[in-house]
Amino acid sequence: MQRLRVRYAKRGRLRFTSHRDISRAVERAVRRAGIPVAYSAGFSPHPKISYAGAAPTGVASEAEYLEIGVTTPSDPAQVRQSLDESLPSGLDVLDVVEAGPGGLADRLEASEWEVRLPGADRELAEVAAEKFFAAGTVEVERLTKKGPRRFDARQAVLGLEVSEGTDRTAAQVGGRPCVILRMVVRHMTPAVRPDDVLTGLRLVADFAPPVPPEVTRLAQGPLDVSTGALADPLDLDRDVTRGGEAGPAGEHVAG
Amino acid sequence: MPVESIFHRLEALLPKVQKPIQYVGGELNSTVKDWDSADVRWALMYPDAYEVGLPNQGVAILYEILNELPGTLAERTYAVWPDLEALMRAEGVPQFTVDAHRPVRAFDVLGVSFSTELGYTNMLTALDLAGIPLLAVDRGEDDPIVLAGGHAAFNPEPIADFLDAAVLGDGEQISIAITEVIREWKAEGRPGGRDELLMRLAESGGVYVPKFYDVEYHDDGRIKRVAPNRPDVPWRVHKHTVMDLDEWPYPKKPLVPLAETVHERFSVEIFRGCTRGCRFCQAGMITRPVRERSITTIGAMVDNGIKQSGFNEVGLLSLSSADHSEIADVAKGLADRYEGTNTSLSLPSTRVDAFNIDLANEFSRNGRRSGLTFAPEGGSERMRKVINKMVTEEDLIRTVTTAYSQGWRQVKLYFMCGLPTEQDEDVLGIADLAKKVIKAGREATGSRDIRCTVSIGGFVPKPHTPFQWAGQADHETVDRRLKALRDALRGDKEYGRAIGYRYHDGKPSIVEGLLSRGDRRIGAVIRNVWEDGGRFDGWSEHFSYERWMAAAEKAGVDVDWYTTREREENEVLPWDHLDAGLDREWLWQDWQEAVSGGEVEDCRWTPCYDCGVCPTMGTEIQIGPTGRKLLPLTVV
Repeated sequence: MQRLRVRYAKRGRLRFTSHRDISRAVERAVRRAGIPVAYSAGFSPHPKISYAGAAPTGVASEAEYLEIGVTTPSDPAQVRQSLDESLPSGLDVLDVVEAGPGGLADRLEASEWEVRLPGADRELAEVAAEKFFAAGTVEVERLTKKGPRRFDARQAVLGLEVSEGTDRTAAQVGGRPCVILRMVVRHMTPAVRPDDVLTGLRLVADFAPPVPPEVTRLAQGPLDVSTGALADPLDLDRDVTRGGEAGPAGEHVAG
Repeated sequence: MPVESIFHRLEALLPKVQKPIQYVGGELNSTVKDWDSADVRWALMYPDAYEVGLPNQGVAILYEILNELPGTLAERTYAVWPDLEALMRAEGVPQFTVDAHRPVRAFDVLGVSFSTELGYTNMLTALDLAGIPLLAVDRGEDDPIVLAGGHAAFNPEPIADFLDAAVLGDGEQISIAITEVIREWKAEGRPGGRDELLMRLAESGGVYVPKFYDVEYHDDGRIKRVAPNRPDVPWRVHKHTVMDLDEWPYPKKPLVPLAETVHERFSVEIFRGCTRGCRFCQAGMITRPVRERSITTIGAMVDNGIKQSGFNEVGLLSLSSADHSEIADVAKGLADRYEGTNTSLSLPSTRVDAFNIDLANEFSRNGRRSGLTFAPEGGSERMRKVINKMVTEEDLIRTVTTAYSQGWRQVKLYFMCGLPTEQDEDVLGIADLAKKVIKAGREATGSRDIRCTVSIGGFVPKPHTPFQWAGQADHETVDRRLKALRDALRGDKEYGRAIGYRYHDGKPSIVEGLLSRGDRRIGAVIRNVWEDGGRFDGWSEHFSYERWMAAAEKAGVDVDWYTTREREENEVLPWDHLDAGLDREWLWQDWQEAVSGGEVEDCRWTPCYDCGVCPTMGTEIQIGPTGRKLLPLTVV
């Protein structure tokens, strides 16, 4: 069975899709696109589509990954086009490669996040980021399905930059200035998410943005610990299957 | 002037609410048109949560038909949950459409489709959030025409004060006709304002404008008469019937939601109307006559729908799907076509006979045989004669035994409690029936691994049915019988564990009864409930019987008078001026027959018994067989 690895984006208003919503949408799109998806055997067959670490509901992403098993060998470029056309606009297929050896999930070691904070104060944000970094650990609490859970939000964060820009959703009505945080966060258990880092900033420096943040995952993949940079996780598949044809790994679409 | 999207304001609220995806639109096959490309604009509302409203066929069909019409646009809006409602009020965000997030008040028409009366309070929330005055008389030139449709609109009197207009029956053609009346009136520069537009609609006899009718009452509270208060307004308003459904093969572009909804499938209506004559069934009375879609149209719609949507389940809908004249060929043809494709077929609403098992076997050819559902509705033979559901105990046992012996493991049986003339033993008869079903099933299969679930709800007398005169059973009686039935089922050592029991208590049925057969004086009750926080009354976790009773008391309304009171033959009923085509004398005669145990056959196969619909409405029965077969298609 051939396996195809897909990088897709979750953009704009479709960032409010939950993981379950996306999996239903993908199953339907696969059928509409006529992709020869394999089904599991047994009493109620399911299409063989698996997902690696989905971004939370409400968080946009430029780097989500899934894997499709197909019954007849398919051209990745063609699948990329037909699947993208069959998905609603906002769930956009960016890259498809044939899977090489090794699991995809293992390569997703860290994520780069962008957090836009409309109306927040830049200086306060910078002070908070410094204090956060200076701290050895920052214990935060989050409500999980198993109840409230306390964990350290500091160790997983490898980089935290503060800059300025305009908030993207309100851009159509003029755009408000906002503080932009960029962070590289290592995938750990329990997962440290951007909102945990924001909780941490509030705890160390009383930094609290006035409105809900707009969060986007920009990339995820293998982590170079010395530089804090992320590589394209599909490069390894490309090296094996087609001698390294470049994909749109660096493409960060704003919208 | 283009109307601005409110999405950026809504977006800031979405991270704080449950299931935000339901508010963002963007469904596959949804349509967004330029505001200025249209001169007539409809907002279509299903007054319940998105997960219930999105799959609604009525709204989906009108949405598509109106958007196909040049110079016309239609968008959808749904009830928002209380969490978002509170945020919208705090931030001043108005009721919006999910397609382009335009404010509902900017549209020409707000069309609300009522499948059930329990959506009335949700309409008030939407009007209020939209900034549209609740009462029709308070609305101005900038407010949309608030128009009700759907089955509950066959008695819109309880919401008459909140409506500008209502339409009875099939919406396909009348929605186009209304659009053209509005277009003409706007092109002429809106002469005479809102009132003249409503007059133009009312004059046609096809649109009911409540404020052009006055209701007079007797001293004892009964209605004296309902009369037009202007010349040129007709005394009666008639329902609409679409003939030749093959000409209207909608939906052609099924909406595919991102959010999870109650029906995750592509649905094709294989026929409209039903003449089985079940006396409790409002749908079967008001949608006459039977009009079938041909086997070839059904085949083409299924093929197109699957390709357009990517759904892996197809539902063949109607009021009694096994009654299609070529259902066997439809079932076999579709099962052949989709064998081995992981596309499943379902046939809701089937009757109790062995033929159905053959159909179900066909539909489950490459799937599992888990559960079959039948609806005997009444627990005793006598009760089933009263409601004209002609199923004998032998039929039922034979059918169910066949199902078990062909590999079906679970049978679900639907019943009603509180039917006219019902006694305790009629309901307890359900327990005997269920035990016999299990006994026969065990004998036929030699296995104890079979189950039967009894599902039972309270009966509500509905307008335009032979039971429209009946006294509704009070909730104490219904609850007492439901409890006795539960004890009879659970207490049985031999069969009790093989029988499941699901029931709804009697109180919500009383509120539904009040709204179903209410008149204009019930509007104050609805408003009181809404002002007291009543929302989503169709959801048990939001419904409050006490709130409804307090609201009725405050409005000076005697709930028993509207619900448990039996009506006399010549009492003017609140909906008598609204014409579903049924001859009132025939309905009364059928009510008398019910009490004396007389049965009525289906007019598709026996001579006409003069219910009145076809001659009044200029319609006729349209059924096959066509003799055609489904051709195999190449399925991807």
